[in-house]
Amino acid sequence: MSMDRRQFMKIAGLSAVLGIGGSLIIDKAGHAGLGAGPRYEQGPNAIEAKRWGMVIDAGKIKTGEDYKRIIKACHSIHNVPDFGEAKDEVKWIWTDDYEHTFPSAENPFMDQTYKEKPFLLMCNHCEFPACVRVCPTKATFKRPDGIVVMDYHRCIGCRFCMAACPFGARSFNWRDPRPFIKQVNPEYPTRMKGVVEKCTFCVERLAKGQGPACAEASNGAMVYGDLMDPNSEIRKILATTYTIRRKPELGTEPSIFYVIGGSENNA
Amino acid sequence: MYNGGKIILGLAVFAGLVTFPFLYNIGQADRQPDLKLDTPVIRQMAVKHCVEPKAFMRAEHMQLLNDWRNEALRQGNREYVSSTGEKYNISLQNTCLHCHSNKKKFCDECHNYMAVHPYCFDCHLQPKENVQ
Repeated sequence: MSMDRRQFMKIAGLSAVLGIGGSLIIDKAGHAGLGAGPRYEQGPNAIEAKRWGMVIDAGKIKTGEDYKRIIKACHSIHNVPDFGEAKDEVKWIWTDDYEHTFPSAENPFMDQTYKEKPFLLMCNHCEFPACVRVCPTKATFKRPDGIVVMDYHRCIGCRFCMAACPFGARSFNWRDPRPFIKQVNPEYPTRMKGVVEKCTFCVERLAKGQGPACAEASNGAMVYGDLMDPNSEIRKILATTYTIRRKPELGTEPSIFYVIGGSENNA
Repeated sequence: MYNGGKIILGLAVFAGLVTFPFLYNIGQADRQPDLKLDTPVIRQMAVKHCVEPKAFMRAEHMQLLNDWRNEALRQGNREYVSSTGEKYNISLQNTCLHCHSNKKKFCDECHNYMAVHPYCFDCHLQPKENVQ
């Protein structure tokens, strides 16, 4: 069979039209349509902010019970495992001493009570988060409201974020965390082996109109609010009280502020 | 043909082995997945319906779950307004599995039949009655 150029072009053109057209039809028929498209909304009770932040009044958190209560409030809600050894520790909110919390603001002659006092630490939800810059899969990202969160579905466990974060706010699941969760909260997922996890500023609670669990359990020692709203409670505290942040010299602009030696209370 | 007999015998044995699973099961109907909608919450519904029509859910639930995840987690939209205008909280654990609390007889039934292994429940908790 011989074919001239003209015939060949005709057949080639026709098969291209059939191929592309056919795939479009199959695509349309293959998916059951929904007609009037579904929508996604924020939910009626969600509380919003331009940039979430928190002030922790260190002097108001006094006894060991206070620390335990606050940490437990967070860790029990979010199914944070307790592996029982420091090497594998998973922490969303934890404590450390002054020297390691504010390494650039230390001096040998400072007030002993503060020198030895534990400070509550959590993710700083930085304005310029180093962890987000290094994440190769965009599993970690900063929401428009300033909260730095993780999409565990995307986390490949490379731990770049752990190396990048100057505050040690991230933990890796070296083992399956499920057997190490004392009491599972059935309303919140767990994590799996091989992903990094961290504090979420309780985004799931903000979406329901509740504040972060730690702040709720702190009896007023931790105040959260919108840093971009000059009339918010947190801005009033920041305007009238002297506060410091962890490692501000690194330029990540943390959103967690600490009141040290507040006027109306003693440590 | 050298060794023709051996070659033909060998080919016959090979063909027999390869087609054995098909010949063995010939005429037998495969066990179809048998989904159960028999859960306390579904039993109490006056009109039994999912967030979207059955045909759509059957074919596209994986895409819907994907969209739910991205909207809730990355966009902060935790409420789904369905094509019929009903509002649902976006949550696999608290919405999907609230009704479908029989994961073994619902999710797993089809997934096992199709030999797909979604990793949802590596993190998301299964309903209580299915935890061993």
